[in-house]
Amino acid sequence: MARAVSTKTKIGWTVVVWAVALVIFFPILYTIITSFKTEQEAIQGFSLIPSGTVENYVTVQTQRDYFKPFMNSVIISVGSTLLGVIIAVPAAWAMAFSPTRRTKDILMWMLSTKMMPAAAVLVPIYLIFLRAGLLDSRIGVTIMLMLVNLPIIVWMLYTYFREIPGEILEASRMDGASLWNELVYVLTPMAIPGIASTLLLNIILAWNEAFWTIQLTTTNAAPLTAFIATFSSPQGLFWAKLSAASTLAIAPILIMGWFSQKQLVRGLTFGAVK
Amino acid sequence: MSQITLRNVSKRFGDIVIIPGLDLVIEDGEFVVFVGPSGCGKSTLLRLIAGLEDVSGGTISIDGKDCTNTPPAQRGLAMVFQSYALYPHMSVRQNIGFPLKMAGQDKATIDRKVAGAAATLNLTDYLDRRPRELSGGQRQRVAIGRAIVREPKGFLFDEPLSNLDAALRVNMRLEISELHQQLKTTMIYVTHDQVEAMTMADKIVVLNRGRVEQVGSPLELYRRPANLFVAGFIGSPKMNFLTGAAAGSHGAATIGVRPEHLRISKESGALRGVAGVAEHLGSDTFVHVKLDDGSIITARGTGEYPVEHGDTVWLTPEEGRTYRFDQQGAVIG
Repeated sequence: MARAVSTKTKIGWTVVVWAVALVIFFPILYTIITSFKTEQEAIQGFSLIPSGTVENYVTVQTQRDYFKPFMNSVIISVGSTLLGVIIAVPAAWAMAFSPTRRTKDILMWMLSTKMMPAAAVLVPIYLIFLRAGLLDSRIGVTIMLMLVNLPIIVWMLYTYFREIPGEILEASRMDGASLWNELVYVLTPMAIPGIASTLLLNIILAWNEAFWTIQLTTTNAAPLTAFIATFSSPQGLFWAKLSAASTLAIAPILIMGWFSQKQLVRGLTFGAVK
Repeated sequence: MSQITLRNVSKRFGDIVIIPGLDLVIEDGEFVVFVGPSGCGKSTLLRLIAGLEDVSGGTISIDGKDCTNTPPAQRGLAMVFQSYALYPHMSVRQNIGFPLKMAGQDKATIDRKVAGAAATLNLTDYLDRRPRELSGGQRQRVAIGRAIVREPKGFLFDEPLSNLDAALRVNMRLEISELHQQLKTTMIYVTHDQVEAMTMADKIVVLNRGRVEQVGSPLELYRRPANLFVAGFIGSPKMNFLTGAAAGSHGAATIGVRPEHLRISKESGALRGVAGVAEHLGSDTFVHVKLDDGSIITARGTGEYPVEHGDTVWLTPEEGRTYRFDQQGAVIG
């Protein structure tokens, strides 16, 4: 039997949840508000009513060329995710369907690389990129972000593949499917929801990645994260312009996240409840 | 048409020996049932024949051709799994047609053969449904359809009825037997249910800890079990075993009598005891009797036998229906 909840309690909790959501969302909201203020207004103090100027957006586009880092972000996040999935599918497939005694250890080891602070390997990575001529190149950053997110991609796909009953793959083998046909006709169609949420989540992670993109790029390959960072210049902070740039940087991913939230939630809670 | 021959086949997983080395011949067109308790290696043996597991030693040949290292698809065998293993994203039509598609047959041939298989299995009305929209029995029929459509040399069934409810199981049992009569193809069927084994098999292979305990027709195993294990496994309710003085008087370590071979009387007989629980099935009455020496045995009374809890009853084994076993459990004489 469902627990009886009084209307009062319901309203009370609704208010609490809205309040918490507002607190969490407030920084983003205030960034958007600030982006419509003049620089003067922006440093004057707390205010929720902007003058409504769009001058900052014009400046960001005309003086600093928003479109270039935006395209870099798209190329780097989509590219690194696709590259990662291509490498991770066979890896996760092997670990899910032909596990050995060491499979769990390998998975833990892969995850443990995510626990290490990135700064610890900054110098060696930087030197490797310098020698290889990969600094400030799209291909270099794409490879780096692919490597950074690969453990998560493998883990997610491994979890999805584990949910596919082995007997179905055995049935396809008995039915005469080659390894290729097994992947194309049986495994992939069954794993598509899982692969889709893996793609979405990793595009978001790569889009938001700031540490490596700021360290390894300057102008040519700089994505939006690095672009925003350039607004804190030695001449001082340009709050309003920084806010406009930030709004432009998060807008695409917010919109994408909004439309795919069902898929994302399903992806993140997959296997938790059945 | 195919004869399947296993020569000294063994299987180990690491240090664990599942099948220590086994010889078996399955004749063309035979319905063979592998039966045994869980963990006896019967499913592993089936998977070795299918090619889903590699043998650790020995050879498997089909029609005299060595298939030990042949991949599953090229052995010409079809398999029906316990979980049905249907492709959830495909319709019934696509599921049944999948092996033909993999074999590169043209669409017209696939459609014709799928329609034929669906008609045989009463699935014509369900061809455009997905597996999740079917009942358990229908799913199992789709799995069988997927197996028969490619006209295999032999069928392998891995406990195909264990996920079905009791009534449906009896129906499907008949349907599979009927299918064997129609197709006359070699079938190997794995089950832990001795009733399925007795009712369906031409030949039963009783397995225990990866070894073949006995091979024979259902009635051969019933009449002439080779040892204690087979005697206890085949027959329902299971055979009664007596040790001690009762066995000693027959010159054996253990004697066995089936419940249906014990005459119950309220006046006189060979063994005296007190009736415990009596199970009245209408057609039979099973009485659990506690003998004077403390052992509990089951006896079958025909029809509605009148007996109450606590009644004194006498049991007499039928002439020539007592089995004698030695210390090692092998049958004597």
